[in-house]
Formats: sequence, structure tokens, C-alpha cells
Amino acid sequence: MMNAQLTAIETAARVRSGDMTAVEALAQSQAAVTARDADVRAFLHLTDDRAAEQADRVDAQVAQGQDPGPLAGVPIAIKDNMCTRGAPTTCSSKMLEGWKPPYDATVVSRLEAAGALVVGKTNLDEFAMGSSTENSAFGPTRNPHDLTRVPGGSSGGSAAAVAAGFVPLSLGSDTGGSIRQPAALCGVVGFKPTYGAVSRYGLIAFASSLDQIGPFASTVADAALCFDTIGGHDPRDATSIPSAIPSAAAALGNGVAGKRIGIIDELMGEGIDDDVRARVEQAAAALADAGATVERVSVPATIYGLAAYYLIAPAEASSNLARYDGVRYGQRVDGVNVEEMNAATRTAGFGDEVKRRIMLGTYALSSGYYDAYYGKAQRVRTLIANEFAQAYSSFDLLMSPTSPSTAFELGAKSDPMSLYMCDVCTIPSNLVGHPALSVPFGVGDDGLPVGVQLLAPLLGDDELFAAGQVLEDANPTDATASGSEIRGEVRP
Amino acid sequence: MSERITRDEVAHVGQLARLVITDDELTMFTEQLGAVLDTASDLAALDLSGVEPMAQPCALTNVTRPDVIEPSLGRDEVLAMAPAAQDGRFRVPPALGEA
Repeated sequence: MMNAQLTAIETAARVRSGDMTAVEALAQSQAAVTARDADVRAFLHLTDDRAAEQADRVDAQVAQGQDPGPLAGVPIAIKDNMCTRGAPTTCSSKMLEGWKPPYDATVVSRLEAAGALVVGKTNLDEFAMGSSTENSAFGPTRNPHDLTRVPGGSSGGSAAAVAAGFVPLSLGSDTGGSIRQPAALCGVVGFKPTYGAVSRYGLIAFASSLDQIGPFASTVADAALCFDTIGGHDPRDATSIPSAIPSAAAALGNGVAGKRIGIIDELMGEGIDDDVRARVEQAAAALADAGATVERVSVPATIYGLAAYYLIAPAEASSNLARYDGVRYGQRVDGVNVEEMNAATRTAGFGDEVKRRIMLGTYALSSGYYDAYYGKAQRVRTLIANEFAQAYSSFDLLMSPTSPSTAFELGAKSDPMSLYMCDVCTIPSNLVGHPALSVPFGVGDDGLPVGVQLLAPLLGDDELFAAGQVLEDANPTDATASGSEIRGEVRP
Repeated sequence: MSERITRDEVAHVGQLARLVITDDELTMFTEQLGAVLDTASDLAALDLSGVEPMAQPCALTNVTRPDVIEPSLGRDEVLAMAPAAQDGRFRVPPALGEA
């Protein structure tokens, strides 16, 4: 249950002061998983031994008067597309079933260096391609608020793990909304940092010009602590920003007094459910009450984001996923020669959505179509960046819904295009590399969580946390149609 | 059904991507890829003359590091995760000629 669980900050404070051991914190997390993950299915693999060794190490440090770090004893879940040395890392694909990476992702090393306990790997849409976590080769994850609904995706397992109270923190990756959309649907905080703010060394690549790693948390302050821990330059990632990243935790409590905030017109119209739109307007009013100036702003090119994204992301994926050839890692299906072995392996190893995107990307990049599709999409990217720059000359932050709807039922969006539409509000930030934060804000008419998205320009990450906290404090608990409130209660 | 992409083109793309596509899948993928390309055609109406393409949002270019030898992953550890290995190398079926 969400309110029975300590936040990451509370857990670390107790462990560092000796009021609680890391072993106890781990046991509480494991008990919650045992009680409920058979229903939720957030985890693909548990890393009990690794977590127990780390908990012992943390407790030994405390006993010796040393500080294990800001995440001392905090259980954390990792999306299964980030490498964990010696532990399965599948990307929810049959292609990588059984593979155990020989190294840790930088984010995993940094979390453990700060005292966190990696308790397991979470489910996702295969290779992070999807918005519902139904495209997992190992079965779907379910929304802890309503087990008949999807948790969103692609980082659905990590979002559900926090929403179900299994862990106070988890990591996801966001290529077109894969952190923010499941955060919204599961009623937790989700953050996509500025492109380059967090190292991607050890993140299995989907679309390299879009992918970012970020946290899920039950509070804005926990998300800030996690971001500060994993962020910063890493020489092992050539796209990592060399300059210092402003501390998110330091911006907490700054509020929004005097800030100019724009509601993106194009993301408040057709295709956005009325109850979601009403919550965004209510959130805008809360920001205004806290001293911000809130106005509507037009960013017309955002409506082309979806079309551009579904050319660019598949194009990059078709290139990145060429490495799964049955030679160096993962599955192999035999063939009489290399070419047949490659094709047999890829045909058996990839699911339909991955095949769809590889073929779409191959087509968009192929001779004769490159200029019409990929080339055009790259120019749309610049167009969107120019319009955002224009908007940020008048506004400090922008806002919109995170997702056009609340969590939908499993199987409800069976054709690919309707699922792709879920990303319409989140994609623009990925195309231009900007940071964006999804904060829970009340419930929809169905009683399920609504997320409000806050957007900032490059390296404006810290400002999002200050504004996010204002929304968190104003989070309405009024019941709607279903008569239940979201905070503090997880419906079976 | 969309005319954006033909069945033959989907079959060709499948070959380029090293995927074996059955007849039923060909029907499904042709329809689905056509629907996505229909949406992509929204971009055709945009006047993008004079707008530069953006490959990635990061201002960094030509990132280099000092040419210093550092420890790399252990060969045996890496090969242990390969589908087939022999004599310290990845083992594959014949690349040329008949098996």
C-alpha cells in the first residue's frame, strides 16, 4: 500500500541514523513483492542475493560509523533494459533471454555507490517499444490501481513497482514518453531528464538520439534525490553533458512565485479526454494560486511530433537492433549459413511490434524514401525546437497533460496507431532533448490517476522539481465518479 | 487499405532487415505500416525549406578521450554469453558457399 511505505528519503535517514537496518528495509520490500507481485507482475527477475549483499555492506558501514550514502538501504527496481552484471537483462525479449551482461550500467553503479539496494529487474514493452507493457515477451504488467488496466509503458513494470509500494524508487527509460506516461497512469512521479544529463552507458539502445534514463518515485523530492544521484558526466557515454547538472534537490521548496507558465494549446484540444483536461486546468489554477502567471501558448509544430517520431525512432531502432544477429549474445536459431542463421534468429527472437518498427525504420531510411520520410522528420525536429525556443522567450515552464487518457483496459488498443497516439503529449520533449516531469494530480472520472506534465528548456531540470512540488502539495483528493481517492489507497 | 506501401515493398524491407515474413504476416504488416505512413504523410504538407535537419539534440560533436589503454571486459566472460564459441572466438556457420 502506498502510504504504508516509507519514502526513499525517510528510509535513508533511518538507515543512516541506525534506527533501521538496510536488511530490514530490504525485507519489507521483499514482503510487499511476495504479497502482491503475482497479481501486478512488475518484476521479471528478483536480484535477492545482490540486494542482500549490498544491505549487509550498508549495515556494516553504519556500524563502523561510516556514511553509506544518500540512498542508504533504499530498495530500488531497475527496468530490464539496463545492464546488471551477472543478472538477467532481457529487454522483455526472447532475443536476450538467458543473457547476463558482463558489466553494470553507470546508473546502477551510481545508485549502489550511494547505498541503494537493487532488488530486481522490471517488465517493459519489448525493447521499450510500446505504451502499455503488453508487448512483453513474458506477459503484461497490470496497473496496481486496477488490475484489469494497463500500467502504461514502456517502463510499466518500474511504474507499477512504485505504485504498488514494492519500492520507493525505480528507474525507467524514456524515448517518447516511456517514463512519464506510465507514471501518469500509475499515479506516481516520473521524470525524463535533459538529453545527456544522465549516462546511458549500459542502457540497451532503442533510439539513440531520443533515449534518456530517469526515475519513478512516490514523491517529487525522492525523484530529485534519485536524479541528483544518477546524473552528471560519464566519460563512457559520448553524449553525456560535460558541465555540471544543476541540483534538483537544491531547487525543492523554491515554489513558482513570479514564474511564467504556458499551457500548450495544441495539447489541450481534440484527442485529450475531458476529465484529463479539467485536471490540467485545475493544476494550472494551483500554480497561479502559488504565485505563477499562467497563460495559454501556441506551439503549433508539436502536432507534427508524433508523425516525426514514428519515422525517427524506428529508423534509429532498425540500426540499433541490427546487432541482434545470433553471433555475440542472446538467442541463436541455427541455419545452414550465416545469413540464414541471422534471419532465423531475428525472426524467432523479435515480437511483432519490434519487427514492425524495424521494417518501418528500414523503409524510412531506404534509398528513394530517405528524403521524403527521415529527412523531413529531422527538419520537423528543428521546427519544433525553434517553436519551443520562441515559447521559452515568454515563459519559464510549459505544461500539458502527460497522457490523453487515464489507464485503459488490457487489450483495448490492439491496433498500433491507436497505441502510438498515447505518446502525443510526451514525444515533443524527446525530439528536442528537453526535460519533462509528470506529477500525479487527482483522478479522472473513472477514479484512476491523472498526470500533469511540466516542461522546461534544456538543463531546466531543477526548475521542474520546484514547480512539481507545488502541484504535489495541491494534489486534489476529491472523489470523482468512482468515489475513491488516489493518494493513500491502492485499489485491489 | 493504404496504398502507401505495397506488399512487395514490405517483403523487400523484411529481407533487408533479415526477417522471414510469412504470407499472413505480410498482409498484416502491409496494412499496419501503411497506416503509420499515412500519418507520416501529414509532414508532406509542411514547408520546411530553409529548416536544417536535426540528427540529435545534443550540442556535443567529435567527443574524444586520451588514447590510453584501459582494462576491457574479460574475453572468456564475454564469450561465455555467446551462443557458440571456439578457440577464443565467436563461432558461426559458414559465411560463404554451401554448408
